[in-house]
Amino acid sequence: MSVLVYINSNNGLHKSAFEAVTYGKKLGADVTVITSGNADAATLATLGNYGATKVLVDRALNGDDAQQLTRLIATAATASGATSIVFSHDIIAKAVAPRLSVRLKAGLISGAIAVPSADGTVNVNVFSGKAFGAVKVNSAVKIISLLPNSIQPEANGAACTVEDFAGNAGDSKITIVSTKKPEGEIPLPEAELVVSAGRGLKGPENWGMVEDLASALGAATACSRPVADIGWRPHHEHVGQTGVAIRPNLYIAAGISGAIQHLAGVNGSKVIVVINTDAEAPFFKAADYGVVGDAFEVLPRLTEAVKKFRSSGH
Amino acid sequence: MRIFVLNLRTIENNENMKILVCISKSPDTTSKIAFTDNNTKFDENGVQYIVNPYDEWYALVRALEIKETLGGNVTIVSVGSAADEAIIRKALAIGADDAVRIDAEPTDAYYTAVQIAEYAKSNGFDLVMTGKETINYNGSQVAGMIAESLDLPFVSLATKLDVSGNTLTLEREIVGGLEVVQVALPAVVSCAKGMAEQRIPNMRGIMAARTKPLQVVAPVAVDTLTSYVSYTMPNAKSACKMIDPTNMDELVELLHNEAKVI
Ligand SMILES: Cc1cc2nc3c(=O)[nH]c(=O)nc-3n(C[C@H](O)[C@H](O)[C@H](O)COP(=O)(O)OP(=O)(O)OC[C@H]3O[C@@H](n4cnc5c(N)ncnc54)[C@H](O)[C@@H]3O)c2cc1C
Repeated sequence: MSVLVYINSNNGLHKSAFEAVTYGKKLGADVTVITSGNADAATLATLGNYGATKVLVDRALNGDDAQQLTRLIATAATASGATSIVFSHDIIAKAVAPRLSVRLKAGLISGAIAVPSADGTVNVNVFSGKAFGAVKVNSAVKIISLLPNSIQPEANGAACTVEDFAGNAGDSKITIVSTKKPEGEIPLPEAELVVSAGRGLKGPENWGMVEDLASALGAATACSRPVADIGWRPHHEHVGQTGVAIRPNLYIAAGISGAIQHLAGVNGSKVIVVINTDAEAPFFKAADYGVVGDAFEVLPRLTEAVKKFRSSGH
Repeated sequence: MRIFVLNLRTIENNENMKILVCISKSPDTTSKIAFTDNNTKFDENGVQYIVNPYDEWYALVRALEIKETLGGNVTIVSVGSAADEAIIRKALAIGADDAVRIDAEPTDAYYTAVQIAEYAKSNGFDLVMTGKETINYNGSQVAGMIAESLDLPFVSLATKLDVSGNTLTLEREIVGGLEVVQVALPAVVSCAKGMAEQRIPNMRGIMAARTKPLQVVAPVAVDTLTSYVSYTMPNAKSACKMIDPTNMDELVELLHNEAKVI
């Protein structure tokens, strides 16, 4: 079976790209990667380590316009005879995969959290992570968009060939006026470690404690909805049912009560640590480790403990 | 509310701007999630349906703000059964002018999107707006599928939208940041947080909604490309291990040696 994996290589290769190629390899032996832009060939060739047979790159196409990428991937799918197309479920995939589904009349499974089961169905989160659904595709070609941090990348192959590819992507109808990318921040959906805080922190001036812990750990920061609503933190940090859904390895929540709508976006986390003054806070029911205490004391203490641990060579 | 930079001519041009806002129902966020029929169906017993928050809070309210500033018309479209008219009336109470219900079970995103696209095609809209995803299936699929069906540009996850003449200026989320983009109408936009503030319908709106036009149209023939075969619930968490708040070294040790996450 032939598999096509779309990778965004505009800002170098991320772990989510390795996950997507590893996933592709589990679907079929023949894995072609399609990408665009000017990432250097040596970097792209490393996707072979994760199972890619070859990488096709359209050097004429820059940027991430959904209409153009849809044409590019459709051209590559036809050229490679792919019956499965894999994306990493990021912002680009959310715009491109649905378009591609219509263009190829191929069923789309978005937010897959596992490889297909024996019956061919694929599990996805539904009800904002409160349950899982097994989805079946009825069309000959299927598209799967894999939620980041759902599988481990497996590097046991060797570098592969990289070929130039003309994707006939056409023009973009969208003009980019300006771009704001905060430097050095870890994108929340991809982060393996997340430190999050809620209304219990009392005010934006107290977020230094949260940022200190995050930087000691190498973690991204997040917050509860009211905190973003009152403007203490930017909207893109809001996690939960009406914010970003995340599934990091570690989620540390300080001063967050653990309302059902908040839990919906974070209960896919592998390990949850809750810090709250109220021993009855509902979040403790969803936690692996709990600390009943004042975040204003516990967070700095935890930061010191992490620094000590990191400086001992971990 | 943002202020538009306009001259008279563009106001005239926009007077007949037609906006289509797609809404979906979703279970109230506090609903107990359970399944029936051997875990193949969502258990609707006791579930209260609401307008999907992204559709209502962001897409609909921003569409109304545009109409209030520039003139024009806001139409609601939803694919669903007669039971879903309650959420359509809610959208009318918030301020939409009229509504269309495509009389079919929205079996998957493709089916739903093609129904809406066919309706939009035969009725001519300048702007199609949706929420960024539903909070029940979280697919983020319908808007992109409508755009491709109509061969229109699609700006996803927009957090701001302004109209000037024939041009939309939008801020949207991109991987690791934000981008300001421009696109000419007609276009499809999916709306995320930041776009607008939630509006609570008032009594006058609720009364007016009862008599606003709600047209029911028959679906077109469309295939379903995906289906949900069964559902499972996550495993219950084992009991939470409590750590002494003065002993954070112990927590770090457990995260390293026991949980193996750092
Ligand atoms: C339709 C809908 C959608 C929603 N979507 C979301 C969503 O996506 N995400 C989301 O987060 N919420 C969402 N909510 C809101 C949600 O119901 C809660 O109101 C919200 O999560 C509460 O935020 P919080 O925990 O920060 O604040 P609070 O509920 O006020 O909790 C603060 C907590 O901090 C603790 N605390 C106080 N002082 C300290 C201290 N010094 N040290 C340690 N702990 C302390 C308190 O004991 C308390 O548990 C939604 C609500 C609705 C109705």
